[in-house]
Amino acid sequence: MFQFVFSAGQLTYAMHIAEGFLPKLWAFIWFVIFLPVLVMSIRQLTLKFNEDQSNKLSFALMAAFAFTLSSLKIPSIVGSCSHPTGMGLGAILLGPLPMVAVGTIVLMLQALLIAHGGITTLGANAFSMAVVGPFVSFGVFYVLKKMNINRKLGVFFAATLGSLSTYFVTSLQLGLAFAEGNFLMATAKFLGVFMFTQLPISIAEGLLTVVVYNLLSQTNQFSTLAGGRES
Amino acid sequence: MKKQNLILLLIFALLVVVPLVLNPNAEYGGSDGNAKVLINTLVPSYEPWFEPIWEPPSGEIESLMFTMFAVTGAGFIGYYLGTLKGKKS
Repeated sequence: MFQFVFSAGQLTYAMHIAEGFLPKLWAFIWFVIFLPVLVMSIRQLTLKFNEDQSNKLSFALMAAFAFTLSSLKIPSIVGSCSHPTGMGLGAILLGPLPMVAVGTIVLMLQALLIAHGGITTLGANAFSMAVVGPFVSFGVFYVLKKMNINRKLGVFFAATLGSLSTYFVTSLQLGLAFAEGNFLMATAKFLGVFMFTQLPISIAEGLLTVVVYNLLSQTNQFSTLAGGRES
Repeated sequence: MKKQNLILLLIFALLVVVPLVLNPNAEYGGSDGNAKVLINTLVPSYEPWFEPIWEPPSGEIESLMFTMFAVTGAGFIGYYLGTLKGKKS
């Protein structure tokens, strides 16, 4: 089992599904699911920008964080590299919906400029990274806040679990597409591979998110940034 | 706060270094080519139906692109925090 994890870990490349590596039907299905959420995200952003020009700055900050983190390829103990998503911070501070557009921009640029991920698999990759990740982060942060857990621990778990959930969904997507009559078996294989590689990297993402959260909480801007959620 | 961030960054550094020490002979690679192997073992007949429109010609150019993303992002974060700090004082 251990050997399987070690060797299989080397077969993965980050979390994005590579160009052309989803059958046409599945690529299409994920676009259909993802596009309405993107439209809602852009609508909400337009509203926020019209409301207050300074929202553009906080939006740009969250995008900058996502760009930086998703460029950091970090070695994992299983012997392969992967990178964080950078979605958690923005999901906590701006809410999950605006991050859908941010994540989509990151994924598009990576697909076009680095051949990382793909245009045909953008729907699936955006659904896992730009939709599920931010919503899980936001949900975890919200629940832990309600439970009166230490705020920074909340940020840490929100970012870490959001990042992990992205890879969980990627495994499901690949398991569905390459089930060959045994969806559970295929998904388990992809999960085994992705989750072991990703766990330390998601923890790293949680740590970096708390670092920047700390820096932001020192600024006066932060109360505006967090909106009603900070109180 | 500063101390806490230093500790967090130290743990982060450990997360990066420990794998390299404990598992030094691993490839730490992973390329699109390798990802294809994983899918090919499950469904040997699968053929990708679309190729990337453009690929960086080498690993060096690819890392240039990644560095560009990271520097742009980090630069903006620094500018943002610096501006607010300046306003405050």
